[in-house]
Amino acid sequence: MSEFEPKVVAFVCNWCTYAGADLTGTSRIKYASNVKIIRFPCTGRIDFMLLLKSFANGADGIIVSGCHPNDCHYTSGNFHAKRRWIMFKELMDFMGIDMNRITFSWVSAAEGARWAEVVNSTVTRVRELGPYVSYKQMVNTSIEEEVTHA
Amino acid sequence: MARIGVFICHCGENISATVDCGRVAETIGKLKHVAYSTEYKYMCSDPGQTLIKDAIKEYKLTGIVVSACSPRMHEPTFRKAAAEAGLNPYLCEMANLREHCSWVHEKNDMTTEKAIDIVRILVEKVKINNALLPIKVPVTKTALVIGGGIAGIQSALDIANTGHKVILVERSPSIGGHMSQLSETFPTLDCSQCILTPRMVEVAQHPNITLYTYSEVESLDGFIGNFTVKIRKKARSIDEKDCTGCGLCTTKCPQKKIPNEFEEGMGFRPAIYTPFPQAVPNKPVIDREHCTYYIKGKCKVCEIVCPTKAIRFDQPDQILEIQIGAIVIATGFDIKRTDFFPEYGFGKYKDVIDGLQFERLASASGPTGGAILRPSDGVVPKNIVFVACAGSRDPAKGIAYCSKICCMYTAKHAMLYKHKVHEGKAHVFYMDIRSAGKNYDEFVRRAIEEDYVNYIRGRVSTIYECDGKLIVKGVDTLLGAQPLEIVADMVVLATAGVANSGAEELAQKLHVSYDSHKFFAEAHPKLKPVETNTAGIFLAGACQNPKDIPDSVSQASGAAVKVAALFSQNELTREPLVAFVNRCSPPLYSTCVGCFLCQSVCPYQAIEREEFKNRDGKTIKTVAKINEGLCQGCGTCVALCRSKSIDLHGYTNNQMYTEVMALLNVY
Amino acid sequence: MKIGIYPGCSLNGSARDYNESVFAIAKVFDIELVQIPDWNCCGATAAHNLNKELSLALPARILALAEQNGLDEVLVPCAACYSRLVVTQHELKVEPEIKNRIKKVIELDYRGTTKILNVIEWLDKYIIPGIEEKLVLPFKHKVACYYGCLLVRPNKVLNYDRSEDPQTMDEVMRKIGADPIYFPYKTECCGAGFSVSRTDIVSKLSGKIIEDAEHRGAEFMIVACPMCHSNLDMRRPDINQYFKTKFTLPILFVTQALGLAVGLSPKEVGLQRHFVPVNIDS
Repeated sequence: MSEFEPKVVAFVCNWCTYAGADLTGTSRIKYASNVKIIRFPCTGRIDFMLLLKSFANGADGIIVSGCHPNDCHYTSGNFHAKRRWIMFKELMDFMGIDMNRITFSWVSAAEGARWAEVVNSTVTRVRELGPYVSYKQMVNTSIEEEVTHA
Repeated sequence: MARIGVFICHCGENISATVDCGRVAETIGKLKHVAYSTEYKYMCSDPGQTLIKDAIKEYKLTGIVVSACSPRMHEPTFRKAAAEAGLNPYLCEMANLREHCSWVHEKNDMTTEKAIDIVRILVEKVKINNALLPIKVPVTKTALVIGGGIAGIQSALDIANTGHKVILVERSPSIGGHMSQLSETFPTLDCSQCILTPRMVEVAQHPNITLYTYSEVESLDGFIGNFTVKIRKKARSIDEKDCTGCGLCTTKCPQKKIPNEFEEGMGFRPAIYTPFPQAVPNKPVIDREHCTYYIKGKCKVCEIVCPTKAIRFDQPDQILEIQIGAIVIATGFDIKRTDFFPEYGFGKYKDVIDGLQFERLASASGPTGGAILRPSDGVVPKNIVFVACAGSRDPAKGIAYCSKICCMYTAKHAMLYKHKVHEGKAHVFYMDIRSAGKNYDEFVRRAIEEDYVNYIRGRVSTIYECDGKLIVKGVDTLLGAQPLEIVADMVVLATAGVANSGAEELAQKLHVSYDSHKFFAEAHPKLKPVETNTAGIFLAGACQNPKDIPDSVSQASGAAVKVAALFSQNELTREPLVAFVNRCSPPLYSTCVGCFLCQSVCPYQAIEREEFKNRDGKTIKTVAKINEGLCQGCGTCVALCRSKSIDLHGYTNNQMYTEVMALLNVY
Repeated sequence: MKIGIYPGCSLNGSARDYNESVFAIAKVFDIELVQIPDWNCCGATAAHNLNKELSLALPARILALAEQNGLDEVLVPCAACYSRLVVTQHELKVEPEIKNRIKKVIELDYRGTTKILNVIEWLDKYIIPGIEEKLVLPFKHKVACYYGCLLVRPNKVLNYDRSEDPQTMDEVMRKIGADPIYFPYKTECCGAGFSVSRTDIVSKLSGKIIEDAEHRGAEFMIVACPMCHSNLDMRRPDINQYFKTKFTLPILFVTQALGLAVGLSPKEVGLQRHFVPVNIDS
């Protein structure tokens, strides 16, 4: 029981992945209970600052998931999310954030089994990586550095 | 001070079997600002809702969290209950304990802990929810029906008969769909054309129906009650007003060897043609891909012979823009063709045909005048094999589902064959016989018992040609799995029903969901089989999954009622979950700096410019403003806004950050 | 040009003619075929029915040895060996846990990077592109290309040709001037593993394959599997007895037909080793 149980935050869109996760439920497919879902209208709504906020407050892993390309309920929200992700990924990587802790995926309303897969693979991966303490250390060091420089 | 009420539902045992609901209620009850926390077996039931309403009043609750199933299921139910108790419906949130917790996890402490967390997240959110007022929008009382098969025809007629206008769009030159190709229909064996064509004529003559054949939906904008559709009316290359439909042009056209789509490739048609004699409208169309004039630049025989000078070679495609309030999708299905089956000859054996081809062979108006003659040499087949489940129920072929109609039409085909070729032998290979339907099983029994059709339970592994015969290798699983070889003259594959070509593209244009097989997805498999997830768009017929005629017609009428119900209101109330740009006192007016990046990402052109002027009428500041009628609440602008001046009702930055913090136990 | 080759048991035994023709062609096209040193049995026909771990460990060792010896590509002429090797590579790729276990069993490192070529793939990639220059005696005969079971199945794993009505061998034969007939029996079972235990079944199944090919006017049947060859060729007396007839259709390995076409002598491609006499009159 002493095994590390990671905290995983899932940011999902209402129309595809949230519905897909509902389907996982109606299909009674089991997955790791470490993940907790936050519902957004669209992946386009997901402000990526929320991801940083999550890490800063103790999240060990993050899933961002929405509709497949061309399937967005709002036509193009997922494309904006994707573009933002491409930029943000580079930036986060540069800043030293462990990109293995973030899963960016498309799960449609028909892919209940896929949602379970996405969750399980993310949880397994993050469990192997261990608690994300280095984020706090990183933030704290940079603050300290700033203080000493001042 | 917030006073939150929390209601934990057991959902019978669906939640309580894995989640300790009592512990959840107790733990949540101890949270700050939670004034009331309870559990109950069925929150959505009448007593459950009464319990919520009474608690709202008794404890003067300022927000509630109903912890039950998915909000996609019951959020409207509980928001309505809250409203009835005098609480603004947007102060009610749902925690998804069933689909996202009890059904997907094992019974243990962690699952209950997760349930507590889920509820806690929503409690923190609802504390800062704002009361919102619904938005009222007018309804355009014209319906668009896409697809002119039997489902589309039925829907269009039903809606038109309630007194509302209908636009019926069909992409082929005539309405009628697959039903017009069928010879006879099960289980009564009455002629398909005989029951269909009167309906087709009714559509053409109905004062409330505008028919656009040879037309396709180009794009769709707007939302329930207020859609704008663009329809591409493809150039027919004739003037429909001048054309009398005499058909002289079609007899004189020098191009005569074009495979006839209506005859499933078993006959030929000219380049200027009407698909079939009873076509509606009965006006020809020039197939520009095959017309000599469009290929070589000369010919124009049709123009010369046309008595009313109705040919228009330079006619362009027309784009029509029409305001509509609701949509019925009835685009139907297609079948897999014989070339899909390498084991059955990859479509290279002429005498291995599909079900629709057999319909044409059996049809009195078909290429053989109703005589069952095999395509290769026109000889009457003495030995015929029908293969049911060709492709269907075969995960290896990517089609795991049952195509539903094949058992019945295979029995019908075997019967039609036996009625026409009395001395012939008909064999049917089947996996199971699925004949659930009124008088359906009796029909199949008749084929077996009265028409002596040889039903063999087993599958066909391969079909090959030898000395002009088709060798059908299969197995009889009821006779000890004996391998079986039948030397046949003709084979009919009951190929799988699949989504119609272009279904995915159309779904994307209309922003409705579709499943992995490209069939349109219903909003709920049981309780909303006619609705899509997009408000104001409904489904009818086989575009949802393979269906027979009675099922398609029933659903079409169901969709028509949904449209009629929508059109019975003059105004619709819309969810106020839309974006807004903040406003503050002058001289700032808003933190918006007027960069209008939001404008470039908004899929609905819902962002307008608002100018603030001084007394002299000079513009001091221009900021963004949301058109609430157009905004659909995707929130892309919110995430993009650099100055965080835009926010989204129901999903405000404050609420989303709060949820994250609550999730991570910061609160 | 250096390519690894895994001969397996057949090519050094009952299918020596196959082996000889493969090496003879390689020589004509300046390809050096290097036997994987210290190779072992692939486990075919028996191991995977008895012990999964063993059935994966045997081929994994072969592949690991290939890696160790720097052989990026390995030609596996025998269809049964080919199947075992590809299936193993696939299983170890999708199941990392098994891979780690197998690595311990074989006490060798295994990465799974080796490209495994069946004989048709090998011909397609290295021989056919240069065939026009070397083609001296076009094989102008009606041939029935017989693929058998293991060359194209299971399709999901091999991802090679189509499992129903495959075409790759037909294409190769066309390139050397042959006329492949329409042959529906091309993937029917020859009796395979019953070669020793139930020769009556082999006679029946193989006989039907030969019967259909002869009926359709084939002059030769072309195969790419030692097992098919022995069932169709070596068991011919049994087949003839079973069918109470005298089938004369010769069975050639695809490499033998190709070898003849590029001017090798019947002896160089091992035709004298056949049970059913082969008369090449061109």
